[in-house]
Amino acid sequence: MTGYWSMLFVFVLATFIGLGVIRRVSRLLYTPLMSLTNAISAIAVVGSLAVAGGDYPKLIRILGAVALFASMTNIVSGFLITDRMLKMFKKQ
Amino acid sequence: MMQAIGQFAAIAATALFIFALNWMNAPTTARRGVYAGVAGMLVAIGATWIQPQIVHHGAILIAIAAGFIVGIPLSRVPLTAVPQRTALSHAFGGLAAGLVGTAEFFLWQQEGPENFTTFRMSALVVEVILGFLTFTGSLMATGKLQEVPWIPQRPVTYPGQNVVNLGVLAGAVVLGVLVVVHPTAPWASNAFLGLAGLALLFGVLLVIPIGGADMPTVISILNSYAGLSAVAMGFVLNSALLVTAGALDGSSGLILSIIMCRAMNRSFTNVLFGAFGTVAKVKAGGEQKVWKQESVEGAAQLLEQANLVVVIPGYGMAVAQAQHKVRELYDQLTKRGISVKFAIHPVAGRMPGHMNVLLAEANIPYSALVEMEEINPEMPQCDVALVIGANDVVNPAARYAKDSPIYGMPIIDADKAKTVLAIKRSKNPGFAGIDNELYVQDNTWMLFGDAKTVLGDLVKQFVGGGLH
Repeated sequence: MTGYWSMLFVFVLATFIGLGVIRRVSRLLYTPLMSLTNAISAIAVVGSLAVAGGDYPKLIRILGAVALFASMTNIVSGFLITDRMLKMFKKQ
Repeated sequence: MMQAIGQFAAIAATALFIFALNWMNAPTTARRGVYAGVAGMLVAIGATWIQPQIVHHGAILIAIAAGFIVGIPLSRVPLTAVPQRTALSHAFGGLAAGLVGTAEFFLWQQEGPENFTTFRMSALVVEVILGFLTFTGSLMATGKLQEVPWIPQRPVTYPGQNVVNLGVLAGAVVLGVLVVVHPTAPWASNAFLGLAGLALLFGVLLVIPIGGADMPTVISILNSYAGLSAVAMGFVLNSALLVTAGALDGSSGLILSIIMCRAMNRSFTNVLFGAFGTVAKVKAGGEQKVWKQESVEGAAQLLEQANLVVVIPGYGMAVAQAQHKVRELYDQLTKRGISVKFAIHPVAGRMPGHMNVLLAEANIPYSALVEMEEINPEMPQCDVALVIGANDVVNPAARYAKDSPIYGMPIIDADKAKTVLAIKRSKNPGFAGIDNELYVQDNTWMLFGDAKTVLGDLVKQFVGGGLH
């Protein structure tokens, strides 16, 4: 039972950290912020990786591989486009 | 040992992700945030991949390679297409969560029924419902933004729509409860597939009634859902890293949704169930005022004599790809000692921050981009307010017309400027289908035409024309 409670604990604390940090993000950068958080939340890749690579029935591994592809696409395009946009912001 | 490495990597990745978001607080440090994010991701992937239970490496390599093949072109889209790319990435995030949840369910059914605790099963159902509704909802949003021919951009409404939508969602939830209570029953697989199907359907129904002007809010809400589905996956897989990263994404989407809603003076429920833009009330009666058209030469003269010019860009500027011409005009004006500022409304464009990115792409320094709250007190001193493809965000009716769909929405006070120049593509009302009285004010002059062409002609007046 403790496992679930500590997970919920982590969730609540992480949400507060998230709210605190995001609130300070420059309003200029909301579009890159969204692509960055998108890439970060593609951390779901570790779940897909475990399902796709585990010793499981084939059908299940296929579901995992498709999920892995989707997460990987988000990671690659998310980080690249965030950097591409941020490069354009110049002070003068 | 391997497990310790995995745990340590998860902690390191979490810290790197928090740093990444922290560095987004200023444009000067923001790129560091990307590097921190990439580092965190590499650490997390590496530590998972080397775990002994990962035995099939071929499929992993293929999936990763496919991710690069699709991901790299997606990162090179024109910046006007960033809203649909973002919506598409929310769809991928939701799809990954939904598929992993589905895989876990059938895996447990076949080989590990001891995993079916009420808590994990509830998290799994939440993961699958949120994941799949985010998937189809975001695909619909992508289609609307990309203007795919067979997806209507205009809000689609029909009688009893909200009842149908809520009925579908309620159906999915009821099936979910049944599966949580009886995960090993002979009918559980079918019930599970049924709830997945209803979630997919609900996502489509949810976004059908939403129009273009509401896209910034909807994208933010879907962002939040994508994050929460990752959180639910974290509960299912007992991974603190997933829970944390998902919570960061979810809270970011939440904050952006709140900001977007406030900027339109609307509530979440109103955006999702209100079908904005269908209330095309054209007010008959009252005296019909007419607009005054200005020539390009006259407009150039007005601009040249100004001390302070405030440019108010809207989605029309993006559609016309006019941001580079805006930059040329900016150069011409600043060269003559005229100060030029850009007033950015929070919901201008199709996603949060859209205008800032487009103007930054055109090399306009971010110090010239000013938020609505900061520019409004300055508007009475502004000599020329140049409205480019913006409409509802400068409509004075928002201040007093109680029956208007945009009533109460904070606007940029363009009407308080000494002179208003408005570039507009057509003489039709804007997205919300409302007349804009700014255009018929005594001190407003209209320039009709494609924003890119009109701005190009204006620039020509300064470069080669009679103005020196």
